Amino acid sequence: MPDREWPPARLHVVTGKGGAGKTTVAAALAIALASGGHRTLLVEVEGRQGIAQLFDTPPLPYAERRIAVAPGGGEVCALAVDAEAALMEYLELFYNLARAGRLLRRMGAIDFATTIAPGLRDVLLTGKVKEAVTRVRDGRRVYDAVVLDAPPTGRITRFLNVNTDVAGLARVGPIKTQSDGVMAVLRSSQTAVHLVTLLEEMPVQETKDASAALTELGLPVGAVLVNMTRAPLLPARELSRAAAGRLDLDQIQATLREAGIDADLAPALALEAGEHATRNALEEGYRKELQALALPTYELPLLNPPMDLGGLYELAEVLVAAGVAHE
Amino acid sequence: MSEAPRTERPQTRRLDLDAVALDPRTKVIVCCGSGGVGKTTTAAALGLRAAEGGRSVVVLTIDPARRLANSMGLSELDNSPRAVDGIDELAGGSLDAMMLDMKRTFDEVVLAHTTAEKAEQIFANPFYQALSSSFAGTQEYMAMEKLSQLRARGEWDLIVVDTPPSRSALDFLDAPQRLGRFLDGRMIRLLTAPAKASGRIGAKMMGAGFAIFSRVLTKIIGTAVLADISSFVGALETMFGGFRERAQATYELLRRPGTAFVVVAAPEPDALREASYFVDRLSAEQMPLAGLVLNRRHVVQAPQLSAAAAEAAADTMNDKLTAGVLRIHAERMVRAEDERRLLGRFTGAHPNVAVTEVPAMPVDVHDLDGLRAIGDALAETSSAARPA
Repeated sequence: MPDREWPPARLHVVTGKGGAGKTTVAAALAIALASGGHRTLLVEVEGRQGIAQLFDTPPLPYAERRIAVAPGGGEVCALAVDAEAALMEYLELFYNLARAGRLLRRMGAIDFATTIAPGLRDVLLTGKVKEAVTRVRDGRRVYDAVVLDAPPTGRITRFLNVNTDVAGLARVGPIKTQSDGVMAVLRSSQTAVHLVTLLEEMPVQETKDASAALTELGLPVGAVLVNMTRAPLLPARELSRAAAGRLDLDQIQATLREAGIDADLAPALALEAGEHATRNALEEGYRKELQALALPTYELPLLNPPMDLGGLYELAEVLVAAGVAHE
Repeated sequence: MSEAPRTERPQTRRLDLDAVALDPRTKVIVCCGSGGVGKTTTAAALGLRAAEGGRSVVVLTIDPARRLANSMGLSELDNSPRAVDGIDELAGGSLDAMMLDMKRTFDEVVLAHTTAEKAEQIFANPFYQALSSSFAGTQEYMAMEKLSQLRARGEWDLIVVDTPPSRSALDFLDAPQRLGRFLDGRMIRLLTAPAKASGRIGAKMMGAGFAIFSRVLTKIIGTAVLADISSFVGALETMFGGFRERAQATYELLRRPGTAFVVVAAPEPDALREASYFVDRLSAEQMPLAGLVLNRRHVVQAPQLSAAAAEAAADTMNDKLTAGVLRIHAERMVRAEDERRLLGRFTGAHPNVAVTEVPAMPVDVHDLDGLRAIGDALAETSSAARPA
């Protein structure tokens, strides 16, 4: 159980080390936040089509569409943001330059502009996310919450800190105004940046580094989401004996014999138990390191692969049970 | 007791990494794969094993995390190779390691292609600063650049390269050319034209397209920015040919027989899917593939006891210790079976790719002994392939 509360944000940015299950956790979070009749938007920005794969749907276009319903009448929409399409939209919306935009695209200018100024690319991506967060129709918010499947921890500060990236390139002008607007939302209490991690050395280290870096930039760190956790399968006392290689082999052999299992397997089974216990002890250590961050922390159990839609709902339920909810 | 599924796959070709890493004809080993699959550890373990087998090795890691530094017991890795202490040099080998500093490597490239004065101008330009430190392909491009620099120094028998933590393993192959194309591209030429000639003549040369381009760009990002870009590409102009040539040369280097690609994966659907794409791509580009390293494989110590039998027995007994031990076994059997199925899917699609498996270690690798254990595992699996 988390000792701190789930942040009441509307934009949930989900980052984490590669391989930690960032996209899965973001999707489960979008379902959890939609539970009870809310509407959420799940956004990806890296052109990976990870959401479509996860929900087993055709690749997402640059358009919002419903991809799942949530328990209690909620719904989850999804969007794959593409920098080029976002720029075209931006040109059309603010400058009425749709035709020029198409011409620019043909000339490769859009590719050029987003390439030469990587900061510009991030402004376009986060700008679209901000637009979805703040969008109002008929006097009410279109989305109760937006969940962003963001770039991994190694690149998250650069991705979110669009202001600084762009400042070197554009000190005045519309791009600067746009990035200031994005930054204002990202730095506000409307936003929470969640860190997905595993109980392993490098992911925990990256989580600690990212938390410090985000805090330094004034970006609100939300929760730590520990993915793929496994419960110990031995009583606590036996765990420490197993880790030390001192399990009572006689006892195991006797019980195996009673159960009609080859008692000679006892040493091999004890070896497996020893590795399980060693891993468990290490994980306990990483848990303590994460606790020291003093952030609300949630654990998501390892499900039997392959990860499927049912698994996503299972994870969403775990989150809801732990107190993750919209407002 | 029921029959447990056999975990051997006689149809899979075993990858003998010792044969690759210790072969004097192997000059470059490239470890590639998606993020978080243990590429860096594999690269370091291979480098260490080759060094202790008598070769003079340098390991180039690109990952900005401290992984290699940790596992090799180094507190700092900078842009030039450093000797790794504590390795067994009895066989006459040596091991150096380095971490790529992308910005410094880019600076070196600029300096090598232009005068000191012009280089200063380029370094001061905000667009150069953005490009050299954060363009998505720069890291890959500079990794290639560094690889060719190390090759040119000729001090090592073997260079082991760990590839950047791209979101997709394929970026590694594409990014250098993409950047090369970009720097040499049409847009750059369009922008350079007005910097060279007077604006009006430049615009005339490029036609109406450029006029619109210029108008839109000015409107969006402002004239000051446009001037920065213009002077940046103007200053870089002398280097275009060089950039492209170098990217091409390194790409060609990778196709030579002295190179061996090792695709690294973990037994997870995403990682193996990436590995699949990569293997296909390497073969399409005629790049020399050594095989697949499958990390973090769960090893079962008592394969003759099935998961179902272990689980069923555990449910009936009061002895919590033995029940727990059986459940641990059952869980591991299920995992190993899932992993076997995933790998089976991969080898079914790529029957000619040799595979070696590294067992999941209960403790994270963070020292040379840990790396040696990984190296042993890489070799042990291959020796297990020999007929008994």
